[in-house]
Amino acid sequence: MSGWAPITEIAEGVRSGRLRASDMVKQALDSIAENSSYDAVISTLDDTASARAAELDKHPQGRLAGVPFIAKDNFLVMGGKTTAASNILRPFEAPYQSTAIEKLEAEGAICVAKANLDAFAHGSSTENSDWFVTKHPKDKTRVPGGSSGGSAAAVALDIVPFALGTDTGGSIRLPASFCGVVGYKPTYGLVSRSGVVAMASSTDVIGPLTRTAEDAALVLDVMSGRDELDGTTIERDDQSYVPSDYEIKGKRIGVINEYFAEGIQPEVEKVVRQSIDKLTRNGAITEEVSLPSLPLALAVYYIVCPAEVSSNLSRYDGQRYGYFSPEAKNLDESYELSREQGFGAEAKRRIMIGAHVLSSGYYDAYYKKAQTVRTKIINEFSQAFEKYDFLVGPVAPMTAFKIGERTSDPLQMYLTDIMTVAANMSGNPSISVPAGEADGLPVGLQIIGPMRGDRQLLAAAKKFEEINRQ
Amino acid sequence: MSKLSRDDVLKLAALSKLKLSEEEVERLSGELAEILDYVKVLDSVDVTGLEPTYQVTGLQNVSRADEIKDYGYKTQDLLKNAPAVHDGQFKVKRVL
Repeated sequence: MSGWAPITEIAEGVRSGRLRASDMVKQALDSIAENSSYDAVISTLDDTASARAAELDKHPQGRLAGVPFIAKDNFLVMGGKTTAASNILRPFEAPYQSTAIEKLEAEGAICVAKANLDAFAHGSSTENSDWFVTKHPKDKTRVPGGSSGGSAAAVALDIVPFALGTDTGGSIRLPASFCGVVGYKPTYGLVSRSGVVAMASSTDVIGPLTRTAEDAALVLDVMSGRDELDGTTIERDDQSYVPSDYEIKGKRIGVINEYFAEGIQPEVEKVVRQSIDKLTRNGAITEEVSLPSLPLALAVYYIVCPAEVSSNLSRYDGQRYGYFSPEAKNLDESYELSREQGFGAEAKRRIMIGAHVLSSGYYDAYYKKAQTVRTKIINEFSQAFEKYDFLVGPVAPMTAFKIGERTSDPLQMYLTDIMTVAANMSGNPSISVPAGEADGLPVGLQIIGPMRGDRQLLAAAKKFEEINRQ
Repeated sequence: MSKLSRDDVLKLAALSKLKLSEEEVERLSGELAEILDYVKVLDSVDVTGLEPTYQVTGLQNVSRADEIKDYGYKTQDLLKNAPAVHDGQFKVKRVL
């Protein structure tokens, strides 16, 4: 299977008539079938994708003309089911589409399939999926990371040129690091979440998984901007996010001390340190910086996220859509049995933790305290960005772990997000760029930018890719 | 490691509208306690003079004009996922 060309080249080829959208869709669907043993995909959209491709071949247009992509199965897409990999949404057919999908389609992109995830995006490995576990593209005994594990694996397997994910605590960057692709978490609010299954609304963002930072920038450029259907979206300016020439020389880069503390695999640390050395050799001014509250971000997250999850998942009540328990004899049972039978173990854990930290008597000690420590984290980021253009560190303390290795202890699974959650709590944009390999498994470099610094961050990531190839 | 009592877990399950099995009650009393132990690290953090941050955009009261907009949705499309419908409405178990 030959690799996909850069997204701009595919779209240019389709617009000029040199390539056909129908062939692009067929290539992607064939590739899904060839790679089915990896379980990256939950369902395909053969009919709608082929129909859209035929239409595009008649009138080829758009910046993403004929470019096939896969959406994580928590995006509402017409023409198939949207399950969020959860039993409770097993039969759900979206009655409308997410804004992100609408915007991509308006520029000619074609959604060909829905990717696997941890149910409701609760997890770091896809092992919490109610369907199946996605296998790592380089080693089928390992996880691809999560929760956007199907999306990351699909891009790493070269099934599609890009995929969409969501990142609430690291769910784009972690699988990107594990699978060796680019994973981009934009500034909070830059991309509309209308039509995406909500997890923790104060940190949920949508972003692309791609092979290059340039492709990620193009997809972001198409998706971003204010949306009246999502009141949390922020205005964007009219400049493109696609990077032009960028000078890394003289840029000030802070290396986050706390992310190299004990617990990081030595081989992972080595790859990340070597990447930072390459930036230094190319003229960046790198120095160690301490953000002492960052390690607290995970504890903050495991109060705030379950609180918001418990609220967002209250809508799954067996009345209007989703699974309904046939055993329910009265109204209360129709809620309690539908939710008990429809939700998996992780969703239940988070709902109940959320109910606990929000309940009267505990609210101040847990929820309010966590949101106040969040302020402390935000302040430390703000202060750091007065001095530095970017902050860098590892994405995770480890490479892709074995299937089953961390499932027995929920807290061990949570700890995989220890280096990604801080940027979710603060809203800062952050990217995982492939840096190298440790014992044959990919390792990502995490680069964090200042709020709304998406353009510079993507340009710096592109520059790092060039430097890293030398 | 501490455990949540059986009553604590049942109370949270009731608040969450979950009819847990006996096995789940037992397992969750340990798991929830472990998570709550972990987040205790925040207890000793000094936050003097700081206010909580509930959202990071700074946007407030985002509203739109109070006008009916036709998004083209049909009632039957919006009802197609419902477990039970009657006369174009959701049908639920008896409330009273």
